[in-house]
Amino acid sequence: MPDQWPLEDTGTGSPDCTLGIAGDIRTPRRHDSAHKHVAGTAVYVDDIRTPDDTLIVLIGQSPHAHARITSMDLSQVAGAPGVVAVLTHKDIPGVNDCSPVHGDDPILAEDIVSYVGQAVFAIVAENMRAARDALPLAAVSYNALPAILTIEDAMRAGSWLGPAAVMENGDPDGAIAAAPHHLSGRIDIGGQEHFYLEGQAALAMPAEDGDITVYCSTQHPTEIQHKVADALGLASNAVTVETRRMGGGFGGKESQGNLPAILSALAVQATGRPAKTVYDRDDDFMLTGKRHDVRIDYHVGFDSDGRIRGAEFEQALRCGMSWDLSEAIAARAMCHADNAYHVPDMRVISHRCKTHTQSNTAFRGFGGPQGMLGIERVIDAIAHELDLDPLAVRRRNFYPHHTASAHGVTPYGQTVEDCVLQDIVDQLADDAEYAKRHTAIEAFNADSPVIKRGIALTPVKFGISFNTTFLNQAGALVHVYTDGSVHLNHGGTEMGQGLNTKVAQIVAHEFQIDFDAIKITATTTGKVPNTSATAASSGTDLNGMAAQAAARTIKTRMTTHLAGLHECAAEDVIFSDGMVRAGAVRLSFAEAVKACYMGRVSLSSTGYYATPKIHWDSSRARGRPFYYFAYGAAVSEVVIDTLTGENRILRTDILHDAGRSLNPAIDIGQIEGGFVQGAGWLTTEELVWDGDGRLRTHAPSTYKIPACGDRPMAFNVALFGAGENLEDTIHKSKAVGEPPLMLGISVLMAISHALQGLGSADYPMLNAPATPERICFAARRIGAAGFNAADRVPDVSGSGDGNNPA
Amino acid sequence: MRETITFVLNNRIETVSGLSGDTTLLNWLRQTRRLTGSKEGCGEGDCGACTVVIARPGKTGKTGKTGRTGETGRTGETGRTGDMHWHPVNACILFMGMLEGASVTTVEGIARADGSLHPCQQVMVDHHGSQCGFCTPGFVMSLFAAWCNGDGLAASAIDTTLAGNLCRCTGYRPIADAAAHLRPINVPPDFEAERRATEARLMKKIAHRDTVMLSDGRCRFVAPATADDFTAAYEQTPDATIVSGATDVGLWVTKGHARLPMLLWTGRVSGFDRMKKAGAYWQIGPAVNHAAAMDRLAKGRPDLAEVMRRFGSVQVRASGTVCGNIANGSPIGDLPPMLIALAAEVELSAAESNRVLPLEDFFLDYGKQDRAPGEYVSAIRVPVGAAPHFRAYKISKRFDQDISAVMGAFNITISGKRITSARFAFGGMAATPRRAPAVEDCLVGHPLTMDSFVTAATALEDDFSPIDDMRASADYRLQVAQNLILKYGMDMTGSAVPRLAGPQGVADIAALLEAG
Repeated sequence: MPDQWPLEDTGTGSPDCTLGIAGDIRTPRRHDSAHKHVAGTAVYVDDIRTPDDTLIVLIGQSPHAHARITSMDLSQVAGAPGVVAVLTHKDIPGVNDCSPVHGDDPILAEDIVSYVGQAVFAIVAENMRAARDALPLAAVSYNALPAILTIEDAMRAGSWLGPAAVMENGDPDGAIAAAPHHLSGRIDIGGQEHFYLEGQAALAMPAEDGDITVYCSTQHPTEIQHKVADALGLASNAVTVETRRMGGGFGGKESQGNLPAILSALAVQATGRPAKTVYDRDDDFMLTGKRHDVRIDYHVGFDSDGRIRGAEFEQALRCGMSWDLSEAIAARAMCHADNAYHVPDMRVISHRCKTHTQSNTAFRGFGGPQGMLGIERVIDAIAHELDLDPLAVRRRNFYPHHTASAHGVTPYGQTVEDCVLQDIVDQLADDAEYAKRHTAIEAFNADSPVIKRGIALTPVKFGISFNTTFLNQAGALVHVYTDGSVHLNHGGTEMGQGLNTKVAQIVAHEFQIDFDAIKITATTTGKVPNTSATAASSGTDLNGMAAQAAARTIKTRMTTHLAGLHECAAEDVIFSDGMVRAGAVRLSFAEAVKACYMGRVSLSSTGYYATPKIHWDSSRARGRPFYYFAYGAAVSEVVIDTLTGENRILRTDILHDAGRSLNPAIDIGQIEGGFVQGAGWLTTEELVWDGDGRLRTHAPSTYKIPACGDRPMAFNVALFGAGENLEDTIHKSKAVGEPPLMLGISVLMAISHALQGLGSADYPMLNAPATPERICFAARRIGAAGFNAADRVPDVSGSGDGNNPA
Repeated sequence: MRETITFVLNNRIETVSGLSGDTTLLNWLRQTRRLTGSKEGCGEGDCGACTVVIARPGKTGKTGKTGRTGETGRTGETGRTGDMHWHPVNACILFMGMLEGASVTTVEGIARADGSLHPCQQVMVDHHGSQCGFCTPGFVMSLFAAWCNGDGLAASAIDTTLAGNLCRCTGYRPIADAAAHLRPINVPPDFEAERRATEARLMKKIAHRDTVMLSDGRCRFVAPATADDFTAAYEQTPDATIVSGATDVGLWVTKGHARLPMLLWTGRVSGFDRMKKAGAYWQIGPAVNHAAAMDRLAKGRPDLAEVMRRFGSVQVRASGTVCGNIANGSPIGDLPPMLIALAAEVELSAAESNRVLPLEDFFLDYGKQDRAPGEYVSAIRVPVGAAPHFRAYKISKRFDQDISAVMGAFNITISGKRITSARFAFGGMAATPRRAPAVEDCLVGHPLTMDSFVTAATALEDDFSPIDDMRASADYRLQVAQNLILKYGMDMTGSAVPRLAGPQGVADIAALLEAG
């Protein structure tokens, strides 16, 4: 919506702060690097000016999904012009592992390869051309072994990474049996490639004593530090990891940066020269994990008005060849099987399928989107069965509003105390004229045999906090210099989400100085140690609090000193409007700082924060994993061509709860971007592996993320005006990184509605992604008009219809 | 022959020599010149993060428009900016030798002398158009080209202008808003007028008509200046790889890691960039890019215009050529089925020979064309005449900048209530683009009724046995191809189904919604 939000602020202060500083909280401050982005001067890892003798690393990959390495002769590679070294697992002095948790991801394969693309050896060369030319000279022999590629394969073979997990509340079997209506089915949900525009990249530089500094495009510098140290046999204090910014992360740089960082560091250790590993797009696709594809079988019992009485969801996630972060991802998928709906009697079973494919990893939403899609499908199918408007069924099943006398309890035992969905959905349905348009669309469809329209309103309730409780901590470091300028560092990383901007706004607000007086610096393990990944939407919640704590420590010291100096009460020392008042004395911030320095006051502080109230018992799948929930809803309208499956989003309206927004422009940006990414996941983005386990969609020519013309033709996004976090978060804001992605579910449900416009008694059973092919076949299956050769009608309702053509 | 390449980079003359002939502009910018504002996002011309802007001399009046149908608010660039046109191109698949005599502007080169941002940069800042910032320089340069040309910034044109730039963060709304607020300025502001004057002066200064070559001894890039030099060079080195826009050959290098000993460029050959009327045909020369050909080819054929609009992106159309697209014989190329349906011909030339054959006869098998050693595609000949019943349907996962799962192009003539001729061509259905004879047999001489088209659709199974791949299953290919014949039939028999793609689709949908 053009101009809905004010453009860059002009320094006149925020609407709800009486005092004026430029770039205060709650103002639409531009991204701190915006000027550098547009000028081309923002530095990413591959842009860092390196010494002329810097080497590059190229990975030799497995051509087999599952095989035993019988011999490896790399002598010709080593002897090729421009090649300086060739690394195998034997060249790793420490631990041959780059996994984030379970110790099951070899850096370089030893005797077994477990997916097509797996790193087997690494060429260290003067330049990429030399490395590319040397690559085909490798003589590696394999004995192919049977490969398990799909969820279907894994479930049949019992190939799991660990035992199935079960989450259960109440008596699901009894409740389902007692209900008057029943429904069972399956949805197959495809994975998703992150497609961060900047591929994985790491640069390692040698330092004295054999120390290493790694510049890495990562969401998790601390983990890079640990993994590099472990692989090289160094102590953590010998490795420093720095991240200024990423060209996109989306979860794909939470653990996947470990491999290029370690290889770069190994190359430094082997040669004594700087080395960098920058994946090109194809290598990035082949090497790295993606969003998990998931199969969900459901069995529900419900009343005649659509109220769900009991439900069972059986989720099977394709984890790939190792755990990576799949345990926590599967847990979050389970924790979102209820989405916004209160089903007291529910069981969720989770299978963690082990396959000979890339090890799937974190991706914005972290299993939540897939879990949620299961119950959204159920609601849609119930509405079809009962001939009700799906929105009515949704409303009937919402968790009680936060003001209700009794709250609902999730299947994992957390009481939902902050539900505002009723307010959001009411307002959104009104603003978007849902009811009127729904009626108009049904009338339109009755007269239009080929072109069908559809509309759907879907809600999101997303739990905020890392499922893994100990990760919910953060640190920050703030220095105030004697000229009044401030140096800010915290443990979070900037991947485009505006974290640094928001945290700087928070610090500017504390000191009541202009945003521009604060220097945002690269995240480095040398300044703030032992950090968690910037993930789980928690970046601002955690690091904002830590930075605020650091600033407050300094401010308190200054207050005490200035009160003494100017003989006034501490309450009479007031920071405002770029000034500090101490009783009757008025100082500029810089003067106040100088006075404190002269009075020998420490002007540097760390800050620390740990999220309160949360706990989780993974063995029982119970607890309070989330500090609070973020809410939102979207209405999408689509049009489809039932003869071809072509489709387009006509209009999307979103109302999203960012609490009391710290920066409405950045929050709107997260919502719009998340929605489009979610819509892409469910429509155009299709990952295809062939029967040998080879990923065939490994570049933008074959893997289609949304383009400019794919955004909704009308796109109205607003923040929920009454939004306020009921918990004591940073300035009462709410996390906004992941939740909006799931607003994209409205598009899939709108396509389903459009297909229902064919008037068939059969439910479309649309799987994801809803490519033109799947839409066309769904239409054919439920009897669309048009050419129909009956002998070629496939069964698309049951087993996967092509997510993994194997 | 000169063994140096001379061009203008951000308004300074650059001379390079001794480079491998397959060096890409992006690698040279980033690694040699350490201008790292242009990014590599894919290395295949699909994401646009490496977009730079190129102006070329001597293409007046032909490269002026990129033919965005349905566009309003054009400002008539030729009168305002003289003969110059600024093309956004993907630096990742552009060979250095292709820069001879051209002017290249990168994201580092557009801010004003005092360091303040260019309007195309400022508008992105003001509208929160960047998040991670990695795609941003490419977007800025696409906007810069449009702004300079005064073209492509109308509301209906923005999606097309930006189709070659992928952003994974913003969802595009703020970028589209930024573009919409970037009003073309009829009189360029002083700083820009000065930049353009300098650019034109420097380009004039380096202009010459010699053949040039760039080589490191292992890979030569040869850019002959005349047709005679070109054919002589090809005769002498028949294993040379002919390059036109490098939108395909570029990928052989960046993706296939091929080591090609010699690249022979059509782009500098005098007269090769000509598209002229020759009798009843448009004669399209080897170096005529899609942008230059679109408007004239598409006249009276709105479907061809729309498929060409979806063909690659502004960047790809500014580099890729019509002849190159045919010569490389992709089974899924979008132009061949359309041109076959229009009864186009291909002209092949060698030093001592020249022959013309129907386009459908040129494609022999997967990757194999009827091109003898020493021969090159010297022209594509497309009938000028109106084709009122020509329709083209491109089916792909994404509307813009996607390779087709199925491409259908159909053309019939009608006399009274009877179909008198039929040319049905498909891409994506076989190893080559080709016609559907069984379908055509069911139509020619038959009445213009839906029944005829249903029969024809059934017959398609006799014409094709498509395959499964990452774009579509064989089943879907056959089904949707049959359905396209039905759609065509509906259209020909008076009940056309609205299209969903492109600006026309948007307009159709808007009309549909209003009617509904």
